[in-house]
Amino acid sequence: MAPWFMLALVGRDQAGIVARITQALYQGGANLGEASMLRLGGNFAMMLMVSHASDARAVEQLVARDAQELGLTVHVDAITGQLHRHIQPNMSVSVYGADRSGIVARVTGALAKVGFHILNLESDVGGNDQQPLYIMHIEGHCASSVEQLQATLEPITRDGIQIHFETIEPMVG
Amino acid sequence: MAVLPVLVFPDERLKQPAQPVGHFDHALRDFITDLEQTMRAGPGGVGIAAPQVGCQQRIVIVDVSSKPKLVHHGCLILINPEITYRDGSVMGREGCMSVPDFTGNVMRAQNIKLCALDARGAKLELACTGYEARAIQHELDHLDGLLFLDRLVSRRTDLFPRKKYQ
Repeated sequence: MAPWFMLALVGRDQAGIVARITQALYQGGANLGEASMLRLGGNFAMMLMVSHASDARAVEQLVARDAQELGLTVHVDAITGQLHRHIQPNMSVSVYGADRSGIVARVTGALAKVGFHILNLESDVGGNDQQPLYIMHIEGHCASSVEQLQATLEPITRDGIQIHFETIEPMVG
Repeated sequence: MAVLPVLVFPDERLKQPAQPVGHFDHALRDFITDLEQTMRAGPGGVGIAAPQVGCQQRIVIVDVSSKPKLVHHGCLILINPEITYRDGSVMGREGCMSVPDFTGNVMRAQNIKLCALDARGAKLELACTGYEARAIQHELDHLDGLLFLDRLVSRRTDLFPRKKYQ
């Protein structure tokens, strides 16, 4: 079994990045695992699990030419992770409020104190330049109830940050 | 009674439409007993459709009674079911015994009405809501060769909170 690497590429967004990078990996004999790619503030960020019978330097070489032409920075790490290691989230947290410093730090700090394990976090800034609105969605696993989490984060909500918890109960059929 | 092997995608049989049941006999009821046992043997399983065990007939079982604080009808055996009314739209997380190790968000009607036949061929008419309605819609999709993978909604869509209007 070929070892796994975490490949991260970041650069100015443009059409065709995913196609060129994944084609280079495919042509180089690599397999892809879990991946997350998205546009953030006009940049495009890719994180891919890549399996390849070589080392981190060789994986970097597979995409080096295309990355350079596309203006992407490349980072590769050997990882011990494998596929099929998902932890199912049981709680989602929606947070929004007038944008200000410290929302993520305060919310995630309070969640960490009660052992909330963040599995996915996405945030965005809506509104406009005059009245920016910070919006964040977290999914994770936590042994605490919604009521316990509400009590833990209550001091933050008093500062005008809206926080809504919802249990995630997958329907398995 | 037996726990039947559950087909896992990419088994082609999961993508084929099932046929209506025409005979309500002992063989059907024996199969339903096995199907229910198979559903209960799956971890967290609250529903199952006959195509999931390789039987291309329009039979599903849904039982969400093990989940707390839900409106439900107990164990439902639904044969030749048809949804006659849909109302509202809500996103929820789904998994499937035929698609192990993956869950995803799917939009479903919040409220449904359906008609079906029971194991003896008697007509049923039901109104279902929420989690039970979601389970029924998921299972009925199996009868048309659809998996929840065919209806996935981006997780990023969740960024905007689902407001509940009373």
